[in-house]
Amino acid sequence: MSDVKRTILYQNHVELGGNMVEFAGFEMPLFYSNITEEHHAVRNNVGMFDVSHMGEILVTGKDALAFVNHICTNDFSKVAINKLNYTLFCYEDGGCVDDSMVYRMCENEFLLVVNASNLEKDYEWIVNQTNGFDVIVENVSDYYGQIALQGPLAEAIFQQMVGFDLSKILFLEFTFDDVLGQKAIVSRSGYTGEDGFEIYAEKNHIVTIWNHLIKRYHVTPCGLGCRDTLRFEAALPLYGHEIDATINPLEAGLGFAVKLDKPEFIGKTALADQKANGLKRKMVGIELLERNIPRQGYPVFANDEQIGVITTGYLSPSSGLPVANALISPSFAKIGTNVFVQIRKKMVPAVVRDRKFYNKKYKKGE
Amino acid sequence: MSKVLENVLYASSHEWARIEGDVAYVGISDYAQHALGSVVFVDLPSVGDEFSAEEEFGAVESVKAASDLMMPLSGEVLEVNEAVIDQPELLNKDPYANWLIKIQIKDAKETKNLLNATDYTKICK
Repeated sequence: MSDVKRTILYQNHVELGGNMVEFAGFEMPLFYSNITEEHHAVRNNVGMFDVSHMGEILVTGKDALAFVNHICTNDFSKVAINKLNYTLFCYEDGGCVDDSMVYRMCENEFLLVVNASNLEKDYEWIVNQTNGFDVIVENVSDYYGQIALQGPLAEAIFQQMVGFDLSKILFLEFTFDDVLGQKAIVSRSGYTGEDGFEIYAEKNHIVTIWNHLIKRYHVTPCGLGCRDTLRFEAALPLYGHEIDATINPLEAGLGFAVKLDKPEFIGKTALADQKANGLKRKMVGIELLERNIPRQGYPVFANDEQIGVITTGYLSPSSGLPVANALISPSFAKIGTNVFVQIRKKMVPAVVRDRKFYNKKYKKGE
Repeated sequence: MSKVLENVLYASSHEWARIEGDVAYVGISDYAQHALGSVVFVDLPSVGDEFSAEEEFGAVESVKAASDLMMPLSGEVLEVNEAVIDQPELLNKDPYANWLIKIQIKDAKETKNLLNATDYTKICK
């Protein structure tokens, strides 16, 4: 445990009774009260997460846009300043290096927010792609702390803490402005399927913002446990589950973030080829027809043959249904197909369904 | 500090067995329910199923994780506690009052492989 890192909010988590576990090399709260209660707080009221463990990589320079478009599957020529978008970074064979939210800070400056577990790998990979581009790549993760404030009451509460009009910031937009007297990045975004904001500031200032949200507004602190149930219900992928180096974004159902009409990006040839020749696997939703819980790694069967595997599954806290994502052979991917999930020694009957386990509540423009 | 009852025997995998003649009631210890957190699902076998000692016979699950149940003694399932299937949270409230299965003991000699309360307390640290 000697190499385990702590975020700037570690002491706050301990004082709040956080059940601390190791995640991505950090000691993080899995929950404070319990996962289900925190899940419902975000769905019905408001909750907040310390996500300071996330990595931030800054790309600046004359060729910043060209470089970001070279390493990202999404098209950032269409992303204006003060907007952000989701992307993947892919290897030449189409497998995923990571996924990321990319903030366009200025014309020639992009902030790439990446998974904590992949930060070092991502940084090294990104730096290795810079040949021929006039850019500077910096790992600025140690500077920032980050809080995600999520839930239907997020805007009403956070509006009382800032002087700018939050209703003018729509989904996937951000501002860089004063929060409690110091500059912060405030984006309308998140990883829960609810409306809400992600706030990045110099890490000591993040502690001030956290304490203000707790003491003044009694926002429910939420741990990584419900962060995962929330993102799962909203069909948001997690590296190591729905995507990894062996799963490409088209298989994972993330084609919306893969712009094959861009002139060039790393992995484009392999992904275009897969799209033209048919995918080998497809991400589907699965619902068990008996009471049980489908979990990552459980094999999925049809006609006595294994056709795939569960990538994430839960007794969904919002619906109470035993549902999962599964990466399976496309021949069985049609909604309504009967399959089986092997749970311990049992073959549990299940059916292929959509992945809308919860209807997202994003605040988008007209 | 988790509760350890005197009148039951324990497996090191944190199941308990309360012996009554040639049958035993099997459950999970207070330490086990505490480590798991809020129990949301219990997967139990059917009456008539037979298991060897240390064989997996089901699972208790929290939102986050499944924890396999291991048979403390070889035997046949005589009864399944439907109450804990309907209300898994009973295991958090009182894991000793709420047994999981009742079994016909196959080999009473196996009880010597189980731990008494004093020895079990030592591994619950």
